[in-house]
Amino acid sequence: MSSKVLHAIYTDDDLLMQAVKQTREARYHIEEVYTPFPVHGLDKAMGLAPTRLAITSFLYGLVGLTVAATMMNFIMIEDWPQNIGGKPSFSFIENLPAFVPIMFELTVFFAAHLMVITFYMRSKLWPFKEAENPDVRTTDDHFLMEVDVANHDVETMSKFLGDTGAIEIKLIHK
Amino acid sequence: MYTLSSKLKLTAIIFIVVGAIGMIYGFLAAPSSIEEVEKIIAEQEAHHGGDHGETAQIQDHANEGHHEVQAEHAEGHGGHEAAEGEHESSHAEHLLHQLQNKPWAATYVAAFFFFMIALGALAFYAIQYAAQAGWSPVLYRVIEAITAYLLPGSLIVLLLLVLSGFHFNHLFVWMDPEVVKHDELIQGKSSYLNVPFFLIRAVIYIAGWNIFRFLLVRNSRRHDEADHNRWFKQSFKLSAGFLVFFIVTESMMSWDWIMSVDPHWYSTLFGWYVFASLFVSAITTIALITIFLKSRGYLEYVNNSHIHDLAKFMFGISIFWTYLWFSQFMLIWYSNIPEEVTYFITRIEDYNLPFFGMLVLNFIFPLLVLMNSDYKRVNWFVVMAGIVILVGHYIDIYNMIMPATVGESWFIGIPEISAVLFFGGLFIFVVFSALTKAPLLAKRNPYIEESKHYHY
Repeated sequence: MSSKVLHAIYTDDDLLMQAVKQTREARYHIEEVYTPFPVHGLDKAMGLAPTRLAITSFLYGLVGLTVAATMMNFIMIEDWPQNIGGKPSFSFIENLPAFVPIMFELTVFFAAHLMVITFYMRSKLWPFKEAENPDVRTTDDHFLMEVDVANHDVETMSKFLGDTGAIEIKLIHK
Repeated sequence: MYTLSSKLKLTAIIFIVVGAIGMIYGFLAAPSSIEEVEKIIAEQEAHHGGDHGETAQIQDHANEGHHEVQAEHAEGHGGHEAAEGEHESSHAEHLLHQLQNKPWAATYVAAFFFFMIALGALAFYAIQYAAQAGWSPVLYRVIEAITAYLLPGSLIVLLLLVLSGFHFNHLFVWMDPEVVKHDELIQGKSSYLNVPFFLIRAVIYIAGWNIFRFLLVRNSRRHDEADHNRWFKQSFKLSAGFLVFFIVTESMMSWDWIMSVDPHWYSTLFGWYVFASLFVSAITTIALITIFLKSRGYLEYVNNSHIHDLAKFMFGISIFWTYLWFSQFMLIWYSNIPEEVTYFITRIEDYNLPFFGMLVLNFIFPLLVLMNSDYKRVNWFVVMAGIVILVGHYIDIYNMIMPATVGESWFIGIPEISAVLFFGGLFIFVVFSALTKAPLLAKRNPYIEESKHYHY
């Protein structure tokens, strides 16, 4: 059982944007679009859901803040409250200003690093990962739109894609 | 063209009248002699007999350094405390000065607060020009109108400074020759802190800002009618020049007009701190007035991306303010040098709620409300955050001026609220009258097309 997809290659990002809109209007299903650089507004044209990465980052930041506060409270106030240069170590709030730089940095550290790792995991990126690029030219100056054939007629579909300005259309058996 | 609605005009006038009445009441209600103050003290002791004992106990717990500090503090203000034996009478005299200062300080804080919004708006305007911003030209006329308050606002502040210089009040203790006679620290600073030089500096700052404001607005109007870009290019150069002039004079202004109420204290990043406060208040005011005019249908080309950008500035500069506040506080708290730390000790002990409350208003609230990108496009969210930020920065200025002028006798009562009403009404009246003077869209600004189609 093999599914068939069409690879339509474009040389211009404006043309690609238009083609994406037309293809969606014609009710063809776009599997994927490969571009050499971010094309502004492509996600909207493809109808992709907005990212929730910022929300995860906020939550990671809260984790970092909690880690820092718990750590400093345990070490400096509860475990061994020494008098260091006359700084008040009787309660967390009294010595809070001295902890703020650490709390700030750990918040940023957790928010940034965990968000980046989330990004790698969600987009399945890691060292020695095999590249999924269908055509090497898409990393240089070509744009590739992968359209699912499904039950449609390949002939009319290729003609349609040709009309949207594709310079090359390939039928791929996956 | 914008037309000033009679409703708004009436509101502004009611604010001014009610505020003026309240301010006059504040001045009349201030005690004029020691006898009156002694009566107040007697009444207070009768009412709060129990409280008084408690306070004394708390005082015992305070560290020794603090006692020294308080003695020094009182000396700095009253300047008449010859010996500690005469504690009763000097206490009444000290309180008399504080209570007499109260209506003056309330007026000064409110006058400075609205003046600084106009000054901050001018700085924002100049930055937009100098940075050749492509998003903001549709807002230029709103910002120009806000800067219209600069002239009346700065003249009122100057008037208050002149009145202080001629000893109508005790806002600036270093202006009192009796104090200076017994105070070597102030004597050492008297080559900078003396009344003639102080007033000359004030006139230079105010003249400079107003001249720049006049030229920039004139160029903006002329450019509308011209068929070349000469006025625009001149505005670019003027803005760059203004920003250099501004950052020097703003810094010195903050030493003169705010830091010198505590002449024994100094802080190097104070100028920046005041700048952050005035800048964020100005941006917030720009956002609020823009949203107001947009809701009345006057700003055709302003879309929610412009609001989003203003809200980002409100968010970012709020955090910048907090950064400076904390940098100043933490460095002084950490090193705990007696001559510096008195500043914060008086604030934490006597102004605990306003001092830490403003951190919630100016930092935590905008941080949580304006972090979400979608919320920054929702008008009522921006308005709500904006009102909180403005209240927070009023309290910020309040915290800078009051502890040195009225000390522990502070209260946000009739004089304070009336002064805010008075200057708020005047601000609304001047700004919205200025909005009627020119079309709300700059015609031929080279970036106006980009700004009309700005989309984020």
